[in-house]
This record gives sequence, structure tokens and C-alpha cells, in this order.
Amino acid sequence: MKVAFFVTCLADHYFADAAADAVRLLRHLGCEVSFPPDQTCCGQPAYNAGRTGEALRMAEHTLDVFGGQPDNPAGADAVVLPSGSCATMVKKFYPRLATSPGASAVRATALAERSWDLAEFIVRRLGVTRLGDGLAGRRIAVHQGCHALRELRLETEPATLLEGAGAEVVPWEAQEECCGFGGLFSVKMTAVSAAMADRKLETLPDVDWVVSGDGGCVLHLDGRSRARGDRVEFVHLATALWRGVNGDGGKTGAK
Amino acid sequence: MATGIKDYAARSREIIREDPGVRESVTGATIAFDEKRRQGYAEVDADAWRRWAEGVKNHTLTHLDRYLAEAEEQLQANGAQVHWAADAAEAREIVTGLAVRHGVRSVVKGKSMVTEEIDLNPVLEAAGIEVFETDLGEYILQLLEEPPSHILGPALHKSLEQVQELFADRLDTARDGDPDTLARAAREVLRGAFIHADMGITGANFLVAETGTVALIENEGNIRLTTSLPRVHVAVVGIEKLLPRMTDLAGFLQLTARAATGQPIGCFVSLIQGPAADPGDDGPEEVHVVLVDNGRTDVLAHEHAWEALRCVRCGACLNACPVYRQTGGHAYGYVYSGPIGSVLDPGLLGLHEAMPLPFASSLCGACEDACPVRIPIPELLLEWRREAQEEGLTPWKERAALAGLASVATRPGLYRLAGKIGSRLGATGAARVLPMLGEWSKDRALPKPSPRTFRDLWREGIE
Repeated sequence: MKVAFFVTCLADHYFADAAADAVRLLRHLGCEVSFPPDQTCCGQPAYNAGRTGEALRMAEHTLDVFGGQPDNPAGADAVVLPSGSCATMVKKFYPRLATSPGASAVRATALAERSWDLAEFIVRRLGVTRLGDGLAGRRIAVHQGCHALRELRLETEPATLLEGAGAEVVPWEAQEECCGFGGLFSVKMTAVSAAMADRKLETLPDVDWVVSGDGGCVLHLDGRSRARGDRVEFVHLATALWRGVNGDGGKTGAK
Repeated sequence: MATGIKDYAARSREIIREDPGVRESVTGATIAFDEKRRQGYAEVDADAWRRWAEGVKNHTLTHLDRYLAEAEEQLQANGAQVHWAADAAEAREIVTGLAVRHGVRSVVKGKSMVTEEIDLNPVLEAAGIEVFETDLGEYILQLLEEPPSHILGPALHKSLEQVQELFADRLDTARDGDPDTLARAAREVLRGAFIHADMGITGANFLVAETGTVALIENEGNIRLTTSLPRVHVAVVGIEKLLPRMTDLAGFLQLTARAATGQPIGCFVSLIQGPAADPGDDGPEEVHVVLVDNGRTDVLAHEHAWEALRCVRCGACLNACPVYRQTGGHAYGYVYSGPIGSVLDPGLLGLHEAMPLPFASSLCGACEDACPVRIPIPELLLEWRREAQEEGLTPWKERAALAGLASVATRPGLYRLAGKIGSRLGATGAARVLPMLGEWSKDRALPKPSPRTFRDLWREGIE
């Protein structure tokens, strides 16, 4: 399986190691991974702000880079993103954005159909749910980004994979609640956004790690928890799973 | 009308900081409602019901002229009198005029959002008429002189302790009176009000065109009394409340109750079919139905926002909303708050008047999943955001930042360079000077950039 890796701007700059772990994981699962170098931002910040023109320009750029044409000159079978939110932008919002008849609508639909969030790709496309037992003994709470949860309906996939790597996924009272990131929302309505993070943090069970496949949520939750003086360890899903495969993620294992 | 909408960001901060009990009460109450709604949906094929309800409402809204005419005809055939109000001022004049004509000195009211919308109580009181809100939550708020903060549970931002204090001061109940005791004390006062009232004023959950039936759902029994004891009943009804047939009502009564409270149906359902037929029969001598537009036809004409008119005012989206839960409804500055308010208010009031409500959402989508008539609230919020951008209603710094992002993101070389600079700035903490990160760092620690970008790691080779 040939995979073109869309790192996303946030992961490129803030979760570089986790993105590298995603590549390791995909290779471990038998994928041939490429990295189109001209990729940039998917355009979601502009889309969510209502800046349609700019979002469309960024979407067109991404369509150029990842070859959204039906004949797919980029040569990859799948485009994988280590971010549920950016995956949703490509899979759900590009087709809505590129509604003008002609090339971009066709290309957007073609790219949407072969783009995947990382956990979605592993479970639904590769059909893998077991990844060794490297996370045995780890107590993990999962934070699902809202786009992954309610647009892609990835209700079980991250937990399935973590459990498939031996972790104990602990129920969280505020499991399905939004953390309050919401991109621009977090800087426009900062008090409400922070209060939403507090609700997540106040209900967090006793766990070793909080794992999420969405970097934006993690930046926000981690930033809030550090401002509060909490000690919570946030781990990107790709890193957690790679540690699971690699056998160095267990409580008693080498770190 | 004057609203407090533009102060949303400041008010929400103030409520969270200065009055933390609001967040606690609202979060607790809405999570309980939302859980009941989930159970209520799980007992039926909720998706099928919701699709059906969406279809009925879409049909009704796209044939509204026809059903309004039919409803008027049937209401009149039932002996009810029909009034048309283009805006809030007309609606207030009609109701006040009726009260004056009938020599009304005392009014009892059932809980009604539309009468809040048209700001009815102050004009009645100015005409020397005594007004009693008879829904327990509304009664509490009337004593406190506060507006409702939730469509269904108007006082759910109040704690038990606050109501104990209030009733102890005003109704002489014990300071530690349990909820039953408090409700009994309110009932004593309101019973007298019901008996002496000359006019009952309610809203309507639905108006059935086929039969001219005003349908009202409640759990307390106060609406039943409001519509049956006084000489005159006035129902103030938004024109979007129509349903074509009685069989449609059967479904909507159940679905609305499930969405609102998880109940299979409300404890009381009143179907008002006109005044008492003969003198001496039970029921009011006159029934008046005031059909209110007040911006609704503008919403209906809007390319996207018309879908918000499917709303049945169940409050499910408020209960599901993590944004609403932090502040309750008062932060929003208008009678319709929460997710539905943020898409409806720009249509009813004009987008300029309703800023920044379309941005008071993280777009998490929980509202859409809860909505019994499948209003695509996140998509509608995005549509309003687009209009706000087109009309230049957003801060110029934000527009400049996003335009800058687009310029950089469509030039890969520039993007790589900017990424490097950004990482360096972030590492030194100098990023605080950037406009958006300044806001970010008010309530959060700054994010830590990776020492080397993924791009660097890829170039060096990932083992």
C-alpha cells in the first residue's frame, strides 16, 4: 500500500516526533510512505472563520500537491493525516468548498475518497486492530477531537487500537465533550474556551497518559493544564501506538 | 430592540469569573437533561423520527402561506379570533389592546419564549395590569427580575440555595425548605392569581392548520389553568409553529418531549379548540391567536438560515452544548441563546445586531446530533461567519492574519521559511507578541514547538 503522508502544519511544527512515529507505524504495517514536500496547511483555520476564498485557495494548493485527480498522478493509494480535524477538512469540507462545477469539485471528491485519519486508516482500511502488547499496564484516557468523533464517526477506533496494544482505556465522564479548542474560537472566546478545558481536566480520571489523535486539542488542553499547574501527560495517538508496537510504552518497560 | 449580544465575550468571562455557581448549576442541569434526551431517543428509532420531523417541517415552511391561510380559516371556524403582528410592537399593541378592551386587571402567563421576544410584560404592567408568570422557573425569575436563561428550564442557572433564600425572603418559607415545600409555597400564591385573573396568555408549541388547534406541552399544569380559568385566553404564536395535520402533531408531541426531557410525552398536553361553546360551559369566553412574524419571513427568505425555522424550542441543543454549559443563556444577551440562538438571532435581528454569536461556538457538532428536526447548526454558523466576513464585521487583525496564512500556505518555499521563523519565535517565547497568541496566553501556557520540524526529521531520514 502506497501512502502519501500529509503531516499537517500543526503536527509539522508542534508534534514532529509524533508525526515521525506515525510514519514508523505505517511502515511497520507494510505501507510505503512518501512525503510530498510542497504540502502546507489544509486551510481549516480560514474555513472555520468563514474566509471561504482563502480556504479554497489553500484547498486548491493541497489538491495540486496530493494529486486529487481521478487518475492520481501522485501515485499513492491513500493520503493519511495524523489529525482527525485536518482529515475531516479534506474528507468532508473540501467537497463542500469546491462546489463549482469542473476540475476542483471532481478533484476534491477524488481526494476526499482516498484520504484517511491515521486511526481510521489503520482500523478501517488496513483492518488492523492488534498492535502487540507494548502498552500493557498503561492506564490511558482518550480525548477524541470533535471532527473525528462527529464528522468521521470514529467513535471506537482510537480506543480499539490502544487496547489492541495492551493499554487499559479508562472511561472519562467528559469523554465526548469538546475540549474548547475550536481553532479561532480558542482566541476569540478565550474564557469560555478555557472553562471548557477545565471541565475536561476536572473530570479526568487517574491515568498515566491522555492520548489524542488531534494536535490542536492537545496544544489547548496541555496549555490549560500547565497554566492550572496540573500534571497531566499528553501523548499523541501516533506516539502511543508506536510505543505499543515497539514495546517501550509499558509501565515497567524501558522508556 | 436593544440586546446585550455584542458583549458576549466580556459577559461570558464575567460570568465564569465572578459567578462560578452559574457554571456549576448550568453544567449539572444540562448534562442531566442531555442524558435523559439520549435515553429518550434510544427507546425509539430516533433517526427515523428525526428525518420524518425534518421533512414535515420543511414541507410546512415551503408552503407556509397556504398553511397560515388554512389555520386562520379553521381557527375562525372554531370561534377563535385571529390577529396578525408584523413585528414586536404590533404584537404588544394587539395584546395590550385586548386586555384594555376586556377591562383586564390581572393576567396569568404560561411559559412563552415569544412573549419574552416581544417584551410583553413591561407594556402590560405600564397599563396598570398585574402580571403573574405561573411556570415555577419563570415565577422565580419574575421575583428576581431576571430574563430566562434557557428555553425549557428558564431558571436552571439558579441553585437550590438561591431559591431557598429568595422564597424565605419573599414567601416566608424556611431557609432550608426542600423543593416540594418551595413549590407548594409558589402554588399557594399562584392559585390565587389563577382564580382572580381575567386573562391567560400563553405561547404555543404547535398550531395545527387542518383543525385550527393550538397545542401546548407542559409538566406543571399551570398552562392548563392559564388556558381554562380566565375569561380570555390569548395565544401568541410565531408563524413557524404550524403543522399541517393532526396526525403530524401526534408525532411532534412525542418527539419534542423526548428531545426536551426524554419523556415519552409531556405530563399535560392541552389542545385548544376555541372558546367555550355555550355560556356556562367550561373554558374561556374568548380565544385570541396572535400570529407573530417579527423577522421570521426574513429568516425564511434567507438562502441557508431558513432551516433554523424548523426549531421546536425543545432546548436539546442548549443541553448538548459545551459552550452554553459554561455560562448559561445570559451571556448571549438575547432571549434565544445557545446554539439555536446563534443561528436564529442573526436572522431575526440582522447579522450586524447579532455579532459575535456566529463565532460563539467551537463547531463541535453536539447540537446537530441532539436536534430533533436535524437543523445543521454548525453549517449554519459557518454560513453566518461567511456573511460576517463578506460584510467586514470581523476584526481586521483576524482577517489580515488569515489572509497572511493563505498567502504563505500557497507558496511552499515561503511556508517552510515561515515555519522555521515561527519555531524560533515560539521557542524564545517571543510569539507572545503575535496578536492571536497574546489572547491564547491569557488563559493557557504557550505551546512548545518541536525543536526540529517533521520536515527536518524526514530529510534526515526516519528510522
